[in-house]
Amino acid sequence: MSVTTAVEQTENNAPLQILAPDGTVVRPDLMPNLSDDELRELMRKMVFTRVWDQRAISLNRQGRLGFYAPVAGQEASMIGSEGALSKEDFILPSYRDIPQMVWHGFPMHQAFLYSRGHIEGGRIPEGVNVLMPQIIIAAQCTQATGVAMGYKLRGEKRVAINYFGDGATSQGDFYEGMNYAGVYKLPVIFFSQNNGYAISLPFEKQTASENIAVKAVAAGIASERIDGMDIMAVYYAVLKAKERGVNGEGATLIEAMTYRYGPHTMAGDDPTRYRTGEEQSEWELRDPLIRFRKFLEAKGLWNEKDEEAVIEEAKKAVADAIKKADEAPKMKVSELIDCMFETLPPSLEEQKAEYLAKESK
Amino acid sequence: MAQMTMVQAITDAMRVELKRDETVLVFGEDVGKNGGVFRATEGLQSEFGEQRVFDTPLAESGIGGLAVGLSINGFRPVAEIQFFGFVFETFDAIASQATRMRYRSGGRFHSPVTFRSPFGGGVKTPELHADSLEGLMLQTPGLKVVIPSNPYDAKGLLISAIRDNDPVVFLEHMKLYRSFRQEVPEGDYAIPLGKANVVKEGTDVTIITYGAMVHTSLKAAEEIEKARGAKVEVIDLRTISPLDIDTIVESVKKTNRAIVVQEAQKTSGVAAEIITQINERAILHLEAPVLRITAPDTVYPFAQAEDVWLPDVKRVVDGLTQVLDF
Repeated sequence: MSVTTAVEQTENNAPLQILAPDGTVVRPDLMPNLSDDELRELMRKMVFTRVWDQRAISLNRQGRLGFYAPVAGQEASMIGSEGALSKEDFILPSYRDIPQMVWHGFPMHQAFLYSRGHIEGGRIPEGVNVLMPQIIIAAQCTQATGVAMGYKLRGEKRVAINYFGDGATSQGDFYEGMNYAGVYKLPVIFFSQNNGYAISLPFEKQTASENIAVKAVAAGIASERIDGMDIMAVYYAVLKAKERGVNGEGATLIEAMTYRYGPHTMAGDDPTRYRTGEEQSEWELRDPLIRFRKFLEAKGLWNEKDEEAVIEEAKKAVADAIKKADEAPKMKVSELIDCMFETLPPSLEEQKAEYLAKESK
Repeated sequence: MAQMTMVQAITDAMRVELKRDETVLVFGEDVGKNGGVFRATEGLQSEFGEQRVFDTPLAESGIGGLAVGLSINGFRPVAEIQFFGFVFETFDAIASQATRMRYRSGGRFHSPVTFRSPFGGGVKTPELHADSLEGLMLQTPGLKVVIPSNPYDAKGLLISAIRDNDPVVFLEHMKLYRSFRQEVPEGDYAIPLGKANVVKEGTDVTIITYGAMVHTSLKAAEEIEKARGAKVEVIDLRTISPLDIDTIVESVKKTNRAIVVQEAQKTSGVAAEIITQINERAILHLEAPVLRITAPDTVYPFAQAEDVWLPDVKRVVDGLTQVLDF
């Protein structure tokens, strides 16, 4: 099966699945061609990310992190999609997409500094092709068209991927971005992680559309609706979308059906006000880690020892990163002023002097 | 040197930059084959090809996002907003995205976009075409705002704007596009951003203004000089952000009297900012309160009321008289 159009997809509204929740392969014909080591690496990253997320939540509760949007439940969507890209591809993330950034090369201690609202948290190292997480929920959809047009103009075989939630698809920029990408046939992947809720608003109150994937039809671009709890389906769809992009066939909208187990963010959101425990339990049966673990165990590629080793590795990495973040000197207003223009105009030079005086006390 | 209208000078500036730097791209609604609704991009697509000069779908937020994305990928986009009343559709891209890029990325990326747009009253456009929204831009940190008043400045300032590594909003007054011609050098020259121009020297009162109001102010200065012999200094700001406060203060210290003339509505705009800064820096040099001559705080009027709504020579003369007689 090649990437389907949304019209074909709607005839059978079931999202594409390669691994069933019990880890068995239901679409061997679509199984990505990955080595044993590559398969294990995807599992390592998912387990690592789950532990990191648990630690981040705990650090947030202790007041040692700032803004944080939990990711548990969405690991397959996040890691499967990033895993199908190469480091040359450009990620335009949304606020929850810190794992893709880090697996793409952004240092973890800087992600913690970002969470704490420190300028160092945004200092993207040379060679790491990411933007900082977008807050305006669909702005990255239009920006991705510009990054992708740059690749197309230079004849580079690279794609831009932008991540957003189901809520962002209600915003005009989502449509404007897809429309531009369609008109100019740009190598863009619009990756929607449909976790069913935009903060508290359920999908059926977000849109009367049957699903997100059909929205690609209006923009004349390809789309795919996939099981976002199935890392193989995610990997497959993103790889196909990337091929499409670099072969000059244009953009793809991917709708990954997924779920966040935790709150929207740690800043006071209480999901029990708008979701039931039964619903969460149902989704947990489709958990991306359990599913992929079962698949790997059946092939003899994963065992308890592997799992424990990654858990230890992740705990240590998080501890080291937090320590490193703690060591960063406090951010200064003078540094902020320095970032407003390439060369400061006299008025800002004056204002900087005021703050330098305060900061030297 | 050639005689050019302001719109021709603007086209010429883009031509110079498209030729000089292959990362410069020009795009917007109808800018390709049609050459723009004011013909500001006339001939550029046939000269530089559809990859360098191209039409966009009619969606301003998309234009802004495209420009921001291209700018972080090594290009210098010159994006046209067809009329400045449409800027709200792309205000997020300008004010929240392009201006924050250097800060958000800790200096890794910057957003060297030039957003060009026609604006300004007196040409009887439909509503939401002429609006003077430069005050909103002025209040946006990280943004440069350029408003030329003549063909020579327009070319030199636009070249500087395109070469600038910060986002620039470049506002072209519609009434000035074809109102007169001026000698404009061929090829390459740049006028620095953030530097005002003293277009007429005087000793008794200063007019601080920009855009089309430079011409209204010069006429008013001439009238008052004839009527009472007072010598008027006129400052054309050229860029309202960064503001060349040194030139303003120097002039006020010499003349001890000033008025600020702007086409935009009264409250919290460019004039308010300038008067505040004069108070902060030169209040003891003042012999009279600094007045502002502006439009009233209404939405931009329909065409029937436009001529009365806009500041005119008489209102500037009245303002000058008031501060001279204080």
